[in-house]
Amino acid sequence: MSVLFRVVRSGMTRRRTQTLVITLATLLAVTASVLAGALLVASRAPFDHAFARQRGAQLTAQFDARRATTAQVAASARASGVTGSSGPFPTTTVTPAALGTLSVVGRADPGGAVDRLTVAQGRWARRTGEIVLAVDPEGPPVRLGRQLDFPGLPGGPTLTVVGTARSVSRTADAWVVPAQIAGLTRSGRADSYQMLYRFAHAATDAQVARDRAALAAAVPKGAFSGARSWLSVRLFATRETALYVPFLVAFGVLGLVMSALVVGNVVAGSVGTGLRRIGVLKAVGCTPGQVVRAYVAQALVPAAIGTGLGLAAGHLLAAPLLADTSAVYGSVGLGVSAGVDLAVVGGVLGVVAGTAWLSAWRAGRLRTVDALAVGRTPVTGRGRGAARLAARLPVPRPVGLGLARPFHRPARAASMVAAVVFGTAAVTFATGMAASLGEVITAKNHNAADVTVSAERPGEPGPVPPEATRVTAAEAAAVRAAIAARPGTRDQYGSVTAEARVAGVTGSVPVIAYAGDASWGGFVMVSGRWVRTAGEAVVASPFLTASGTEVGDTVTLTVNGSPVRIRIVGEVFDVGQQGLRVFTDLSTLRTADPDLHPTDHSVRLTRGTDVAGYVKHLNAVLKPLGVSATDTKSVNGSDGAVALDTLAATLTLILTAVAGLGVLGGVVLDTHERIRDLGIHKALGMTPRQTVTLVIASVVLPGLAGGALGVPLGLAVHGVVMPAMGDSAGLRLPDVVLDVYRAPELLLLTLSGTALAILGALLPAGWAARVRTATALRTE
Amino acid sequence: MTTPLIELRDVTRRYDAGPPALLDVTLTVAPGEAVAVLGPSGSGKSTLLNLIAGLDRPDEGTVTVDGVRVDGLGESGAARYRRAGVGMVFQFFNLLDDLTVADNVALPAQLAGTGRREAARRAAELLDSLGIAAQASAYPGRLSGGERQRVAVARALMNRPALLLADEPTGALDSASGADVARLLQELNADGQTLVLVTHDHDLARACTRRTVHLADGRITADVTTEAVR
Ligand SMILES: Nc1ncnc2c1ncn2[C@@H]1O[C@H](COP(=O)(O)OP(=O)(O)OP(=O)(O)O)[C@@H](O)[C@H]1O
Ligand SMILES: [Mg+2]
Repeated sequence: MSVLFRVVRSGMTRRRTQTLVITLATLLAVTASVLAGALLVASRAPFDHAFARQRGAQLTAQFDARRATTAQVAASARASGVTGSSGPFPTTTVTPAALGTLSVVGRADPGGAVDRLTVAQGRWARRTGEIVLAVDPEGPPVRLGRQLDFPGLPGGPTLTVVGTARSVSRTADAWVVPAQIAGLTRSGRADSYQMLYRFAHAATDAQVARDRAALAAAVPKGAFSGARSWLSVRLFATRETALYVPFLVAFGVLGLVMSALVVGNVVAGSVGTGLRRIGVLKAVGCTPGQVVRAYVAQALVPAAIGTGLGLAAGHLLAAPLLADTSAVYGSVGLGVSAGVDLAVVGGVLGVVAGTAWLSAWRAGRLRTVDALAVGRTPVTGRGRGAARLAARLPVPRPVGLGLARPFHRPARAASMVAAVVFGTAAVTFATGMAASLGEVITAKNHNAADVTVSAERPGEPGPVPPEATRVTAAEAAAVRAAIAARPGTRDQYGSVTAEARVAGVTGSVPVIAYAGDASWGGFVMVSGRWVRTAGEAVVASPFLTASGTEVGDTVTLTVNGSPVRIRIVGEVFDVGQQGLRVFTDLSTLRTADPDLHPTDHSVRLTRGTDVAGYVKHLNAVLKPLGVSATDTKSVNGSDGAVALDTLAATLTLILTAVAGLGVLGGVVLDTHERIRDLGIHKALGMTPRQTVTLVIASVVLPGLAGGALGVPLGLAVHGVVMPAMGDSAGLRLPDVVLDVYRAPELLLLTLSGTALAILGALLPAGWAARVRTATALRTE
Repeated sequence: MTTPLIELRDVTRRYDAGPPALLDVTLTVAPGEAVAVLGPSGSGKSTLLNLIAGLDRPDEGTVTVDGVRVDGLGESGAARYRRAGVGMVFQFFNLLDDLTVADNVALPAQLAGTGRREAARRAAELLDSLGIAAQASAYPGRLSGGERQRVAVARALMNRPALLLADEPTGALDSASGADVARLLQELNADGQTLVLVTHDHDLARACTRRTVHLADGRITADVTTEAVR
């Protein structure tokens, strides 16, 4: 063993560059995989952790209080498959002044078997007159002690906000003590009961549907009035991070394949060039088994070092990104899961040990005489045609010699090509994705307007309920006139948001009504066209899905109590309000709500207008009208997209480095093998610069080939991943988001393959140029 | 007295371990002269040749060839010096197996920037004059040892160097081929080619040169010129 140890050690120090390449390749491979793996897991983890901790409700069911008694509802807990339940809780729906519609549940305490709420601020409600609001991570902060009035209810009750609580299952918007519910209804008794359940099987939609059917059967007919599955809550909660998943999978797979390829190739290559040494070892009495063990160890030691460093680097890089994700959920901090670490370490070391074992095993079984003869007798025949052709090319001789080189070692050249293919594909995919995300942001912001004018919003930040910003026709006309009078105004349109109800869609749906031509407002159509006349509307994919409609269908909205028929003429790309908004012309709502007038105004300026100056002057005029203008471009940007861009850049950089290493490894092996030839060239008068030229020329063809193959691969990955990202967010993407590549860009990307190859070859080229001729000639 | 073509002054070359490979060697060679360097294995013969060829640099002393301070040249300078002024022949031929005989011979000229056509013409001429024109498009692996060494000599002469250096040119050859190569070298010298020949074969030295320098443990122990006509 000690002899073997010495063989391993000398092998590693003698072949320092290869040892270094193996270390670096595994380092980068592990970093990329840890990063991708950690984020992949993290994208689901916060919800799942919190859900498990709160013993979240897998089904939140609603029972009609007129058709079932509390005892009958409570008995549903004994339905088949139910493993835990809470309730029944009396519930109702209220609309306090200055807040949207709230579903309120009467619960004596936040604990229980299911849906153990976390009190975030203040305390739980102890008596009537108190209310606890659900935490809305995107909403404005809640002020404890605030009074909520319910003007429409008998007796005009007033409740005091005493706390906020978080329900991962989102079972209610607010909670009060059970005795309070009666006082929050017109009839003086609860309209319905809420029951919360957990089941033996509820992992899929089908299982949840079965559970739901069992419950409906357990209560009197018609009593089961509705239910929400935790799966839809989860989809809703992870929608933003769900976007990341296909992207991370793509990068993760690319990274793993590349790393395996590069590490495997370097290991196989270093064993290959060590054939003579293996022959010598066997000639002095090493058994094939010892040879294999020596070479596997020789590869595993640097790989283990690289893996350790890679783990550290991966964790360091992942930390800030994971912190971002947890902030979105307001949940506990996250670490990279141990499972990811284990999988990555096992995978990478497995690949290294596997390739080393395979190639050393082949070498170990080689007859000793044959192994000794390697390097003495040149591998004849291969690549001679190419060499002859290259000798006749009208290029400087070193270039010709270099160009012919890949043909002598087709297998090695192929592995270099593969490394470049993956590197170029990664770069192509990442640039495409960055461009696509840019388009998504533009499309989702609908912000072609240069300046927007809207009501000043004093006090609490966040969305102002529509009632609060009602304006009169005169006020709207005054703002409109002020904008029109301001020099620099090119176009303007007004808009106002109304609430509507739509069959099939729970809750209210915002309807954005436009006064004037809003078609230039930056709305990107997925299909169909923008609104032209009264009665037409456009909506986004989630609306179509939720309401079960298609472009061309007619839908009835209930606005202000009156039915409004709209024909859907197009599908617009929109993610605001979960993509459930309806865009139409103000005239469509005229009959239902004659007093609706634009509260917001979007302005397009003539080219060359100084935006800041325009805003300042306009604000001076608008001040008395209670509205203010802002520069639209100054308030945009999406953290999610920025994070994704950063992530893409980081991963691309790592993958490019891995690809560069792949080339470097190949060139190092090649130079090692040809050290004597290089010595001869130098003895014949080849200058260092000519040597560098030769080595670099030897990677130009693999680089070109890799680029030419890598770009289509990158395009294909982009073509699959972008729509998949849209899908997982429940959105169809418009064409502008998908068609982001332009011809000159593609040419550049193709050439980037060559650049990558040259970058990888630079280091060994310099080394080849510096190596002493006398030493090189002495090498057998 | 003519200015010497080669002038080594107090040259010492040490490798990391062991005694110096060359110690205080001073040697001059006149243009057109043929010198054989003789000595046992490990005495420093190849080291001496490498220093003259600019493949290696002395630790002390100076090496001047044709007025150029070879020891002061950088890597690029040394490469340019070699391709213009030095032709080298080695024991194991050092031909490039991937290239045809003609391409091997043409290579030094092409590295020096000569056009492909011009280089090919000169290579054909040399191969012809050395009697191996028939093998021009063969690969070195197919040639006999003697033929390979002729190709190596042709390649060494490609750029019409002022100086031809040969390290054990017959070391890997049978006696018939060896004699053949010896005759070739002698003819070249007779035409005025300056020649430094490293060997431990006294017969070869006698056949090709009249001056023999003896090395032992890195020092010159004898420098003999036989005036007598054989
Ligand atoms: N690159 C080197 N590194 C270390 N030592 C070297 C190197 N080259 C030569 N030597 C040492 O220098 C001494 C002289 O070597 P050199 O090759 O000049 O001998 P030589 O006379 O040509 O021998 P041979 O007749 O066997 O070719 C030897 O002891 C050798 O070990
Ligand atoms: Mg020698």
